[in-house]
Amino acid sequence: MKHTVIIGNGIAGTTAARWLRKLSDQKITMISSETDHFFSRTALMYIYMGHMRFEDTKPYEDWFWDKNRIELVKDHVNTISYKNKTLGLESGKEIVYDNLILALGSKSNMFGWPGQDLEGVGGLYNFQDLEKMEKYSPNLKRAVICGGGLIGIEMAEMFHSRNIQVTMLVRENSYWNNVLPPDESQMVSDHIKKNHIDLRLGVNLGEIKDDGSGKAKSVIIKETGEEIPCGYVGLTAGVSPNVGWLKESDLEIERGIMVDNNLTTNIPDVYAIGDCAQLRTPKPGRRNIEAIWYTGRMMGETVAYNITGKQVDYDPGIWFNSAKFIDMEYQVYGDMPAKHDENTESLFWKHSDNEKSVRINYDSTSKVVKGFNLFGIRYRHEVCEKWIKEQTQIETVIQNLGLANFDPEFYKQYEGEIVKQYNQKTGSQLTLKKKRGLRNVLAFLKS
Amino acid sequence: MKLIQNIGLCLFIASLLVFTGMLGLGTQKFNTSEIPGKNEYHKAALKKAIEQTGYADQEFGNIQFVSKVKEIVTIANKNQEDSFKKDGLPPGVGEWDFRFGGSAGDYINKLTSSSINDGPVQDNPWLFFFLTFGLAIIGGLLFIVPKFFESPGIKHNGIYHDSLTRGLKFNLRTGLLIFTTIAVIVYGFIREGNLFWPIVTAVIGVLITYFVFIKERSKENNPQRSASPIHTGWLGVIAGFILIGFYILLYWKPEYINNWVTMVTPLSELLNGGQASRWFLYGLMYTIIMLVMGIRMLAKYQHNKYQRVRTYSVMFFQTSFAFLIPQILAKFNMPAPDLKNMWPLDYSFFFDYRLDELIKSGNIGIFMLVWGIVLFSIGVPVFVFFFGKRWYCSWVCGCGGLAETMGDPFRQLSDKSMRAWKYERYIIHGVMVAAVVMTIGVLYTYFTGSYSILGFNTASLKSWYGFFIGAGFAGIVGTGFYPLMGNRVWCRFGCPLAGYLGLIQRFRSKFRITTNGGQCISCGNCSTYCEMGIDVRSYAQKGQDIVRSSCVGCGVCSAVCPRGVLRLENGPNTDSSRTEELRTIHISEGEIKILS
Repeated sequence: MKHTVIIGNGIAGTTAARWLRKLSDQKITMISSETDHFFSRTALMYIYMGHMRFEDTKPYEDWFWDKNRIELVKDHVNTISYKNKTLGLESGKEIVYDNLILALGSKSNMFGWPGQDLEGVGGLYNFQDLEKMEKYSPNLKRAVICGGGLIGIEMAEMFHSRNIQVTMLVRENSYWNNVLPPDESQMVSDHIKKNHIDLRLGVNLGEIKDDGSGKAKSVIIKETGEEIPCGYVGLTAGVSPNVGWLKESDLEIERGIMVDNNLTTNIPDVYAIGDCAQLRTPKPGRRNIEAIWYTGRMMGETVAYNITGKQVDYDPGIWFNSAKFIDMEYQVYGDMPAKHDENTESLFWKHSDNEKSVRINYDSTSKVVKGFNLFGIRYRHEVCEKWIKEQTQIETVIQNLGLANFDPEFYKQYEGEIVKQYNQKTGSQLTLKKKRGLRNVLAFLKS
Repeated sequence: MKLIQNIGLCLFIASLLVFTGMLGLGTQKFNTSEIPGKNEYHKAALKKAIEQTGYADQEFGNIQFVSKVKEIVTIANKNQEDSFKKDGLPPGVGEWDFRFGGSAGDYINKLTSSSINDGPVQDNPWLFFFLTFGLAIIGGLLFIVPKFFESPGIKHNGIYHDSLTRGLKFNLRTGLLIFTTIAVIVYGFIREGNLFWPIVTAVIGVLITYFVFIKERSKENNPQRSASPIHTGWLGVIAGFILIGFYILLYWKPEYINNWVTMVTPLSELLNGGQASRWFLYGLMYTIIMLVMGIRMLAKYQHNKYQRVRTYSVMFFQTSFAFLIPQILAKFNMPAPDLKNMWPLDYSFFFDYRLDELIKSGNIGIFMLVWGIVLFSIGVPVFVFFFGKRWYCSWVCGCGGLAETMGDPFRQLSDKSMRAWKYERYIIHGVMVAAVVMTIGVLYTYFTGSYSILGFNTASLKSWYGFFIGAGFAGIVGTGFYPLMGNRVWCRFGCPLAGYLGLIQRFRSKFRITTNGGQCISCGNCSTYCEMGIDVRSYAQKGQDIVRSSCVGCGVCSAVCPRGVLRLENGPNTDSSRTEELRTIHISEGEIKILS
């Protein structure tokens, strides 16, 4: 019986284990030093905020692993011998594998800031980061968060939920404007400020000051020299593959572990998936490292097929993602750059409450729809994806826009206003033909 | 803001203290000129006992009076038995018109409620009404209204840090549940004087546990994770005890709550022209709690129109159909049922006294009878087909309405484990069968006059169902356990109507919750806040639509999802599209194809 060992019990490793079990009868071992069981990393913030308990973030009950004969080992892998196919664990134990899956995840970026290793300084990625935040939270008056993006705003929301003042230092001049177009970025910035978070744009972290006992006491802003006293410093300037400890080995590593399209590394029988994998040839329009939840899930499934003898290329399909900025939901389908090129037209509609918007990009000559950016309005993944995949023209999309609406019942539908906006912009006389509703959607998806 | 809320909290606690404390106020005296009841022999025996003991002109404190009443009933009962043994029945008198038998217990409540009361509550009922209901409403609103000024969004901060809403450890919860169940069964035996049905109930309970643990192999599937906070929230446990205590007094010890009823009598006279009963008190409390906590829901879900509309709906149906319309009907001497309640939740619908009342009330009575039958036999299948069971459970029903308003702070405490789901399926369908069997028995007796069907006594079954399911399950456990096991304990495990609605929803309905492609991040908010204990996430992360008989369509999973993944919808009714599995999985078996 073959033995596949997975290092890491996040979404990528867990999905790989589950699919290996579905597709084969081999022995499966999952090793992690983070937690006993798989939990949803994306829900860490909700534990801190008191919305959920840690237990609630586990997608499977604890008996699930036994029942599916997936052996869990809570330990840390110190050494890998690719020649002997063995792993050396912290506890001194040795594990022999036939196939090895590296699902090592990420680590928070540190850019060599003075004071970044002090106590009371941390990122937000793993369970230990959460414990650290908990430890310093009692009696905490102010926290400074360095770095915008999705993790930064999560951390801000966490402290905010406990009435701890938050100052955010963001390098960009508008929130997340390296990803969001200026209109949306401005809307998010406004929303953050509305929630009484002290958002400082266009500034960098200079240094973190020591209170004399090895603990952070304040932060100096590089540009102005201003000192902001604080009891905790969050470093949320993105994440990078957690591969530092493998750099000296024969494994080919650039920023992440280099993998082919079937997720194999340069070493036989060793695979890499999830945040730590770097694709040699990513699909057009996709990046070579994508540290997001669903790519980990897709890679986990793909690798299981490859290990069990069915050669499959990893193909994440059309880009999509979602996030939430405090109370503002965000969804994206397709290619939606912060700054679109001159061949792209952009239709942008914004609600007067400054909390909802829809942006649809399309090719200026062929009129083919390229993608959707949504704030405060939910759109249906399968519908948007089908439009993009089938190179649907903007006018067809606009007239059927109701099909995409995924907001709850009784919510106001704004598709009519979007059609009006398009008519104003182009001088057309289009009308909305389809409203929200599952019957039409199912018919459309089957067509 | 915080200050206003704290003042509100203080007022509410003060009202709770007055509400509890007032039960001990004032004095009671036997009313020998007006012994209640229709039976002359019983009345004479009671009167004689009162005179014998010399209690006739004495005043007693409220609590002490109840023990005196019990003493009187015991003496009267004994006198009557002695006389029966010695001289036999007086000529021409039925045995149970002379002997007390099982009716002795009823006289405890009758004597206490007909006594001559004297005290501050009798002198100033409106004052006490204000100090309890009034202060509670003002306090509640002071606490709630500031929430309207918060920014719209999900309001779950600190729920698991709060001693009231955190829940209790799994083993403690299990212990309390087992203890309560056994206590209710034992008390039922004492009260009903019947050993057969309590034993049947206990045997069924053991059998279900056997099925779940051994046959469904759930023994090893320890559900600790879904029901065990690190620290027990003791405020929640205390709140649970308060609710349980209230239901025990209301259902089984009404002789102690005279002052509560007295307090609402002036209001009852205004509304229906009659004396208040404990059921008037309960209906009034129920409605006011639902209105105040409904306002809380409106404040909490400013951003979610589905939640707001649904809350308006349950507030409306409770205030009008369940409370005001019956008052008005009663004022005009008409039968006064809750016209939106239906069999088998309204398990006494086919009881003889209700049928007789409807039939003898002429056209309006016949209309009500037909309405009630049409509602469950045609209304349920048709509406569930189009909208799912939510049209009733979270839009109309009174039990559901209370769960969605007063119970909302506790929704996260429902047990999401596989084991709980297995228990749920046995118990809810078991109660459904019991309700049908009991009703068949009752109707058989109604039409044939015989109390025996296949050797079983229909009257004792009916009585036991009312005691164990109607009071014990729906009241004590169903509502009393809100802060211990979540707000839908009754709806999820017990309600026979929910079981019936659920079967149709599962097999013949357009309703389902759809999943938005591959957007799910498995965070678990949906499962945590599902009051029915459905593990919504297990479907959402597979991209599978959710079609579950228990789903009441409250829409909270969709509301709390941070990624916009879930939507309640009514679509074409083809089972294959509703329950198709693994839609968003990347690679499918057989051929390699991209699904999304």
